[in-house]
Amino acid sequence: MPHETVCPECSEPLEPDDKFCGVCGADLSAPRQPDAYELAPPDPAAVPEPPGGEPESYELAPPGRDTDTLPFGLGTADLPRARITDPRLDPSAGGPSASSPRCVACGMGDVDPDGYCEHCGHAQPRPRDHQEQELDGVAAVTDRGLRHHRNEDAFALATTALPDGTPAVVAVVCDGVSSAYRPDDASEAAAGTASGSLARSLARGARPEEAMRDALLVAAQAVTDLAAETPEEEARRHHNAPACTCVSAITSGKTFTVGWIGDSRAYWIPDDRSAPASRLTEDDSWAERMVSMGLMTQAEAYADERAHAITGWLGADAVELDPHTASFEPDEPGVVVVCTDGLWNYAESAAELASVVPEDARTRPLHCARTLVGVAIDGGGHDNITVAVLPFPAA
Amino acid sequence: MANFSKSNVPQFSVDIYQNEFLPEGGREVNAIVTVTSTGGGTTGGLPLATHGPGDVPGSPAGAPGAAVVIMVDCSGSMDYPPTKMRSAREATAAAIDTIRDGVAFAVVAGTHQAKEVYPANGGLAVADPATRHQAKEALRRLGSGGGTAIGSWLRLANRLLSTAEVSIRHGILLTDGRNEHEKPEQLRAALESCAGRFTCDARGVGTDWEVKELTGIASALLGTVDIVADPSGLEADFRRMMETAMGKEVADVALRVWTPQGAEIQYVKQVAPTVEDLTARRTEAGPRAGDYPTGSWGDESRDYHVNVVVPAAGVGQEMLAARISLVLPQPDGTPRVLGQGLVRALWTDDMAASTRINPQVAHYTGQAELAQVIQQGLEARKQGDLDSATAKLGRAVQLASASGNDDTAKLLAKVVDVVDAVTGTVRLKARVADADEMTLETRSTKTVRVKK
Ligand SMILES: [Zn+2]
Ligand SMILES: [Zn+2]
Repeated sequence: MPHETVCPECSEPLEPDDKFCGVCGADLSAPRQPDAYELAPPDPAAVPEPPGGEPESYELAPPGRDTDTLPFGLGTADLPRARITDPRLDPSAGGPSASSPRCVACGMGDVDPDGYCEHCGHAQPRPRDHQEQELDGVAAVTDRGLRHHRNEDAFALATTALPDGTPAVVAVVCDGVSSAYRPDDASEAAAGTASGSLARSLARGARPEEAMRDALLVAAQAVTDLAAETPEEEARRHHNAPACTCVSAITSGKTFTVGWIGDSRAYWIPDDRSAPASRLTEDDSWAERMVSMGLMTQAEAYADERAHAITGWLGADAVELDPHTASFEPDEPGVVVVCTDGLWNYAESAAELASVVPEDARTRPLHCARTLVGVAIDGGGHDNITVAVLPFPAA
Repeated sequence: MANFSKSNVPQFSVDIYQNEFLPEGGREVNAIVTVTSTGGGTTGGLPLATHGPGDVPGSPAGAPGAAVVIMVDCSGSMDYPPTKMRSAREATAAAIDTIRDGVAFAVVAGTHQAKEVYPANGGLAVADPATRHQAKEALRRLGSGGGTAIGSWLRLANRLLSTAEVSIRHGILLTDGRNEHEKPEQLRAALESCAGRFTCDARGVGTDWEVKELTGIASALLGTVDIVADPSGLEADFRRMMETAMGKEVADVALRVWTPQGAEIQYVKQVAPTVEDLTARRTEAGPRAGDYPTGSWGDESRDYHVNVVVPAAGVGQEMLAARISLVLPQPDGTPRVLGQGLVRALWTDDMAASTRINPQVAHYTGQAELAQVIQQGLEARKQGDLDSATAKLGRAVQLASASGNDDTAKLLAKVVDVVDAVTGTVRLKARVADADEMTLETRSTKTVRVKK
C-alpha cells in the first residue's frame, strides 16, 4: 500500500512507517475509498429501507460553531430548563456565597440541601440532568430532555487494551423503564456494571461477543439485585421491579461489536454519506416482534399503541434474558452511534439518523453526540436522551 | 453543662404518601404524612441525638419531667345515681396509683368553682408511695354539691401545673354535666389561656353532658375525649389515660409546614387516630412556614393530611410542594428538627400517572367525610330533618363499611337500621338510647388506618 505523507484525516505530516496518525489517531492502514463495504446485520429484513432521505430537510448546527457552546437548549429565557450541569458547581450561578447557590428558576431563593429552591420550591438541575464524557475513541452525552422530571438514562464509557496491546473502546447506554420503580438506579447500575465487565473481559482476552454476552448478564444481575435491596413497603406500592434496557458497543482494531437487550439501539453511519447507513440492532419490542413474526407490516406495527412496549429488559421481572450480539468489519471509516429511544424517536431510520449526524462526527465525536441530543431536544425532547458516538476504526 | 444522662426525646420518623404526579396545569397536591415516634427513654430505643440543648429543662436524669392534674366534677348532680361519685373517687384513686414516682401531681375538685383537694398547698406533690397514699386519703373528703364551671377548673389546673419546672404538663378532666355556671365566653377564654400550656383529656360520665363542649375542650388542649356512659367503666379508663400520659416523652411538638412562594395551604388535618382540623391553628414560623400544634408524644404514630395548592409549572418540572418537619422548641428559642419529609409535585403528560389516586389519601379523605356526615346526620336528626339525617347517616354507614371502620359501623348500627351497607341504605331507628347517640357523636372522629 502506498504510503501517504500527511494524515488523510487531519493533514498532520507522517513518518513513513506510521500505522496511526499521532495527532488524530486515524488508522493509516485502512483503505480510504472502499469499493464494497459489507455489514452483517442481525436480520436484513429488520433494517428499514432508507427512505431516500432528504438531508436538506434537517437542520444541523452550523459546523463552525464554537464547540464550547451547546448547540441546543439556548433558550435561557426558559429559566427552569437552564442547562447548567450542576449549579452548585457553577461559580457564575451567583448567590451570597459559594455554599448557597441561587435558584435557576426564580433567581431569588437559595437552594436547600435537598436541591429545591427555598423561595419557589423548584427542583434545581441535578448532575444527572445533563452529563457529558469524552475518552480517546468515544464520547457520550445524556440529557433529561424537556418533558421528564428526571433523567432515567445512563451511560458508561471505558477504554482498555486487548492482551496484544490493541486498544479497545467501550460504550454502554441504558434506559430505565419508567413504569418500574428506581429506573434511574437501574440504568446507572447496568451501565456501570456492563462497562466494567466489558473492559475486564477484553483485557483478559475474551472474544468481543463473548465479553458482550457476559456484560449483559452481569448488568442484568446488578439490576435484579436492586429489587432485593428495596424496602418491602416501597415494593408493595409499585408494581414492577427496577428494569432498564442496555445497548453496548466495542470498537477494537478492525471490528466493532454491539450487544443489546431492549429497544435502545446502535447505528452504523459511514463517513461516506452516499454509502448506506445501517441500524445494527433489532428492538426487543412489541412492534418488532410483530414484524419479525410476519404478523404485521412495519407501518402497521408502529401505528399500534403497543408498538414501543418492550419485550426484553434487564431486571428481576424479566421473563427470559436473551442478550443479542453482532460483530461487524466495515472496510470504510465511520461512526457507531449508540442511543436510547429519546433520540431515535426523532430519527428512526438509519438514513434519517445519518442525515443529522455531522460530517465531522468521526473526528469530533463529542460534538456529534451533543448535536444529536440537540436534534431530539429541538424535536420536542419528549424523553430522556442518551447518545454515545464511537469513531471507527478505533484509534 | 455536661450531661451524660440518656435523652428521653424519642426518635421521630416522617413518611409521606402521595401521588406526586400532576397533569399539565394541575395545582392541587395531597399528601398523607405519617409521623411515628419510637424509642425515647422508656423503651430502650436509640436516643435521638447526643445530649445538648435539647434536654428537657428541670427533668431528673432518666425521666421526662412531667406533671399532671386530675379535675373531678363534684357538682350536685354527681350524687345521682350514687354510684357516680363513688366511681369517680375510685377511678381517681386508680389513676393516682398509676402516677410514676417523681411525677408532680395534684387533684382538683370542680363545682361552680375549683378547689384544691391534694396537696392543697397551692402547688403540686411529687409522686411516691407516701404522697399517693395521702392523695387517696384526701379523696375520701370529696363531697358533692354546687354547679359546674369548667373554665375555672382549667384555670386552677393551669396555675398548679405552671409551678412545676417540667416540659410535660397534662390534665385529666371528668364531668357529668353541662358547663352551666359560667358563660361560654368564659370557658373559651380559659381554653385560650391554657392552650399550649398543658394538654388535657376529657371524659364525660353519664349522658347529661354536652358532647360539643367536651370535644371542644379536648380539641383545644390537644387531648382525647370519650364518653363513659356507665360509671363502673371509669376506673379502667382513668388508669389507661394516666398510663398514656405517663408514656409521653416530649411535649409541644409542632408540625412545621413550609410551602413555596405562591402556594396556598387549603388544610392541615390530623386524620389518625382521630380527625382534628389544625388549619386555623397555624402560627407563622419564618418565611412561608407555619407551625401546627401536635401536643405531646410518647411511642405512637399519627397521620396528617396536608392539602396545598401550588403555582402550576410545565410538564417535566418538579417542585417541592411542602416540606413537613416535626419541630421541638428549645429554651433558647431555636427549633430542633426531629424529623422531616418532602411533599413533591411533578408535572407529567402521562395521564395514567397523574390520575392515579394515592390509596392513603383516598382512605383518609373518606374517613374525614365519615366524621363529618355522622355529625351532620346526628344534627339533622336533632333538628327533626329526618330525610337529611337518613341520607347522611346512610352515607356514614357506607363509608364505615367500605373502609373497615368496624367500631364506627357498630356505633352507627345502634342509631340506624342498616338495610344495605354497601349502598348506604338505612332507616332511622325510632328509639335511640341517649348513651348510644352520644357515644356515636363523641367517637365520630375516630378513624382506622388503611387496610394492608
Ligand atoms: Zn490525523
Ligand atoms: Zn426559586
